[in-house]
Amino acid sequence: MKAQRIVLPVVVAIVLIGLWHGLVKAFEIPVYLVPSPGKVLETLIKDWSLLGGSLYNTLKITFFAFFCAVVLGVAIAFLFVQSKFIEAAFFPYAVLLQVTPIVAIAPLIIIWVKNPTASLVICATLVALFPIISNTTLGLRSVNPGLQQLFKMNRATRWQTLTRLRIPSALPYFFGGLRISSGLALIGAVVAEFVAGTGGTGVGLAYQILQSGYQLNIPRMFAALLLITLAGVLLFALMVALSKWALSWHESELSNDH
Amino acid sequence: MADDHRRYAQPKLLAPMIEILSASKTYPNGTHALQPVDLKIQEGEFVTLLGPSGCGKSTLLKMIAGLLPATDGRILLWSKPVEAIESTGHRMSFVFQEATLMPWSRVAGNVRLPLELQGVDSSDADQRVNDSLALVGLSKFHDAYPRELSGGMQMRVSIARGLVTNPTLILMDEPFGALDEITRNKLDQDLLELWQQKKLTVIFVTHSIYEAVYLSTRVVVMAARPGRVIEEVPIDEPFPRGPEFRVSTQFAGYAKHLQESLLRASNANELAEGAL
Ligand SMILES: Nc1ncnc2c1ncn2[C@@H]1O[C@H](COP(=O)(O)OP(=O)(O)OP(=O)(O)O)[C@@H](O)[C@H]1O
Ligand SMILES: [Mg+2]
Repeated sequence: MKAQRIVLPVVVAIVLIGLWHGLVKAFEIPVYLVPSPGKVLETLIKDWSLLGGSLYNTLKITFFAFFCAVVLGVAIAFLFVQSKFIEAAFFPYAVLLQVTPIVAIAPLIIIWVKNPTASLVICATLVALFPIISNTTLGLRSVNPGLQQLFKMNRATRWQTLTRLRIPSALPYFFGGLRISSGLALIGAVVAEFVAGTGGTGVGLAYQILQSGYQLNIPRMFAALLLITLAGVLLFALMVALSKWALSWHESELSNDH
Repeated sequence: MADDHRRYAQPKLLAPMIEILSASKTYPNGTHALQPVDLKIQEGEFVTLLGPSGCGKSTLLKMIAGLLPATDGRILLWSKPVEAIESTGHRMSFVFQEATLMPWSRVAGNVRLPLELQGVDSSDADQRVNDSLALVGLSKFHDAYPRELSGGMQMRVSIARGLVTNPTLILMDEPFGALDEITRNKLDQDLLELWQQKKLTVIFVTHSIYEAVYLSTRVVVMAARPGRVIEEVPIDEPFPRGPEFRVSTQFAGYAKHLQESLLRASNANELAEGAL
């Protein structure tokens, strides 16, 4: 079972790459439309000094934003569960944050915030924030009522109930939020850079894609795209591993191993 | 011959331990869950609340536990309201219908929880957790996670958690309701042994007439719409009660009596509803 989960996607990848290569060769598609996989790899290695630096910059924004989103999101969730009143007053604005497209507000943020890195981090944080808020709030509220009564009967303090009941109950939801949010932070970082354009000193992968587009350097565009995808997959895998480790007691994690 | 086991036979020597004085409950949404109930329970009794779904058994039990306030009337434990139970030097614990274990905590951690919440010191707690697990026969599963145990074993852990504080009073809300009959009979048997051994007082909620007859010194029969107590039936049979008691004529007699009592109440309800 476990081997299948790795072997099958790898087989699919090999088949698809093979097909890509075959089609490009068979129809003699010019390199400025679709480069062959070999060409993309070759470009990736050749342009690594350029692309590697950009990858580093994009990842830096992503991690900063993800970190901010986690800290802020958890703090807001704790505030929400402290009182229904606060939640009722502010939850709609959290939703507002979620439904407003980042491309629409990014120009404003870029104007308001002088430091380009900071403005990118803010945009990406806004994109990544909501799943953390909503999942953590839901988790902190999803306490088994029987356990809650047990704590009450044993005269548990508010602090004991929080640390020994609410937080452990919320963890599976929180980690669910992390998985979604990590991907969103990357998307946010890339999208914000698209909007910000050539502002900063340390350019990211979005800038490389834009530049390659202007210069019709399609292999490099593909290489940058490949790097974004790989970064996303890696981030997701990292989150899965993290939650597996932290939730070794949790059934939904365990069932994957059987 | 087994008279010395019939501890309920000399209750007059002891002050009533639980006094329910015209306690009633109306939920905030207007549901009249319980009409005024009067009930006295003596130390050492095994009282079962028997009745159809919705008759207010859980409501009454939670009111006794202090988890729900009574709308009207009073409930006294050792002559004090439930908030003051600590001052009486007694302890009470509650066993829920489901095992309600913390999935992130091992068996020992779950059993230990009440002690930790109450600030019992660590080495003392270790000893008591081990004793409690031994009582329910789960010493070997000290370090297992709840999900690694069967439903019946999880219920035992829940009982061990209920026993770990050395309570004198245990309230159990359909603790074995979700289990198969064989496991349930076994746990009933074990529970009776614990009750005798630790001189507990138990208030036990069940749907099952047979479980009620088998376990109790007294059955409190309840009816629904509106929730109320309709009858108290002493089960005047000696302990220990072995499996043979389940197939005795006396057993059948009590079961028949309870069955008829429950039927009469539900027929009366249907008549009343038909008349409307
Ligand atoms: N929190 C609540 N709010 C409003 N009504 C409630 C609440 N809890 C229970 N009730 C109502 O009170 C009545 C008695 O409920 P209770 O849970 O005490 O019954 P029960 O005898 O334990 O039933 P069961 O055997 O199904 O557990 C029911 O009509 C139920 O719908
Ligand atoms: Mg109930």
